[in-house]
Amino acid sequence: MSPEYRELIVQISYLIATVLFIFSLKWMNTPKTARRGVVSGVWAMTIGVGGTIIGPTIAVESLPWIALAVIVGGIIGIPLSRVPLTAVPQRTALSHAFGGLAAALVGTAKYYLWLDGELTTFRTFALSAEVLLGGLTFTGSLMAAGKLQEIIPTRPITYRGQNIINFIILGAAIGCGIALIINPEWSFLFPILLVLSLAFGIMLVLPIGGADMPTVIALLNSYAGLSAVAMGFVLENKLLVIAGALDGASGLILSIIMCKAMNRSFRNVLFGAFGKVSTADVAGEQKPVKSATPRDAADMMEQAERVVIIPGYGMAVAQAQHRVRELYDQLTKREISVKFAIHPVAGRMPGHMNVLLAEADIPYEDLVEMDEINRDMAQVDVVLVIGANDVVNPAAKTNPNSPIYGMPVIDADKARAVLAVKRSMNPGFAGIENELYTLEKTLMVFGDAKAVVGDMAKALSGEGGGAH
Amino acid sequence: MIQIPILAATTAEITSPAYGGDTLNVVVPLIFVFVLATFIGWDVIRNVSRLLHTPLMSLTNAISAVVIVGAILVAGPQVGDDHPAWISVLGLVAIVAASINIVSGFLITNRMLRMFKTRAPEQKS
Repeated sequence: MSPEYRELIVQISYLIATVLFIFSLKWMNTPKTARRGVVSGVWAMTIGVGGTIIGPTIAVESLPWIALAVIVGGIIGIPLSRVPLTAVPQRTALSHAFGGLAAALVGTAKYYLWLDGELTTFRTFALSAEVLLGGLTFTGSLMAAGKLQEIIPTRPITYRGQNIINFIILGAAIGCGIALIINPEWSFLFPILLVLSLAFGIMLVLPIGGADMPTVIALLNSYAGLSAVAMGFVLENKLLVIAGALDGASGLILSIIMCKAMNRSFRNVLFGAFGKVSTADVAGEQKPVKSATPRDAADMMEQAERVVIIPGYGMAVAQAQHRVRELYDQLTKREISVKFAIHPVAGRMPGHMNVLLAEADIPYEDLVEMDEINRDMAQVDVVLVIGANDVVNPAAKTNPNSPIYGMPVIDADKARAVLAVKRSMNPGFAGIENELYTLEKTLMVFGDAKAVVGDMAKALSGEGGGAH
Repeated sequence: MIQIPILAATTAEITSPAYGGDTLNVVVPLIFVFVLATFIGWDVIRNVSRLLHTPLMSLTNAISAVVIVGAILVAGPQVGDDHPAWISVLGLVAIVAASINIVSGFLITNRMLRMFKTRAPEQKS
């Protein structure tokens, strides 16, 4: 086959892959078509990779090595796809790290390959962007994964002058990039650019706390996409540019949704170090709370017509979703309407709660978004809060001094009665007092979410339980 | 004095071989492709159900692992004087990283999506 003919096949395969990638994402619009989206994505990838291998620059001698690398990646990838669903945020962060690593490696290889006079202004510009984005995505995502896995402390790590140091590192990296664009032959600058990018990724994620992880993961998703775009510009490859742009747009949309759901700006998430907020002015006098046993709670729900369950990260930590399903079964059996109210930032990544509840076989029609459920909240008899805290805190609506003031919350306080499952009265993340727990209509059910919800389900099924 | 080529360049200079020969012919179409793809991505993904944001993220993970194409282009050429072996090794490591994402990304997306079920037509009683 002549090189021109091979190149034509490459371009046709890229065109087909592009169309399939777009359909793949389009089919994610509804759960009904979503699995078709995965099939379409697999085909797109197969055709794109197949086309690339046919390309005129690929030597037959390299093919066994390429195949070996793919197999090694596949062997590592399979266990990573079988992690428990509570660990999906870590896995996602880790895969952003691999994406960033691949981009930085390809950028490095291409720079040294072109060093003998083939570095044009534009190529160097694209290479610098690729290495910067790839490098910071790699280390930043590793940090995020470490925090989510709790290898690295989840709390924000801050020190004086942090933002200034971060800006200096980023500025120095960009400065290196500009110097390289002006004089591509100054190859000593390239390793410096690489190291600064890696350092910036670490410093960027260091001060970010656990509750901000949904935004950060979405943002790193966007960076991983943009580094693929930069690689596309380096290699003058349309498929890379398009797929990277799709990924970049997706990450951007998700980060915007997450920021809106917390009423915060990007700048605030990245440079605000949320956890530092002083609690001194928030902590008022200790108000009394009323507590109930799981059996009392079960009796209350049994009398209700409409129950809304509000899950939070605490449910994921306690692995309580299957007990929640038992409770759901017991209640729906009595023809009580049970809905789940999902706050966009509940959990550690976008959509985290939906996946956990879907895993427990709860039909997705009963998973309701915050805005929708808030309209009906006044007609709800009992709200059951499981391991959620800030996302149901009425202070976000009423107390201008609260650090979360202005954040959209689920109006649990509008329901006729509130049940809150909680380990203890310790205030949650950032030490914010939650007025919901001291309301007249609120009953606290103390204990481990899994055990407590399990006891509620048992009480309803008539097997006794509760141990009170 | 250092001249910043991208600012100083005239059309003739940009299209001359010193700046990559066909910067205008190659780079400008790529920028168009990038802008249009971003708009398509924005519109398509805005409509993705919020239920599916976690699977969406693992799917786009897998899709952005299309960087494997770039890695293959780096690892693929005949090793020789103008393509040192260590360049190919970098490419191969990048292929490993990207294939991890392809395999685990598609598999876990599929696994999660299988869990999203509608209410059974007849309720158990």
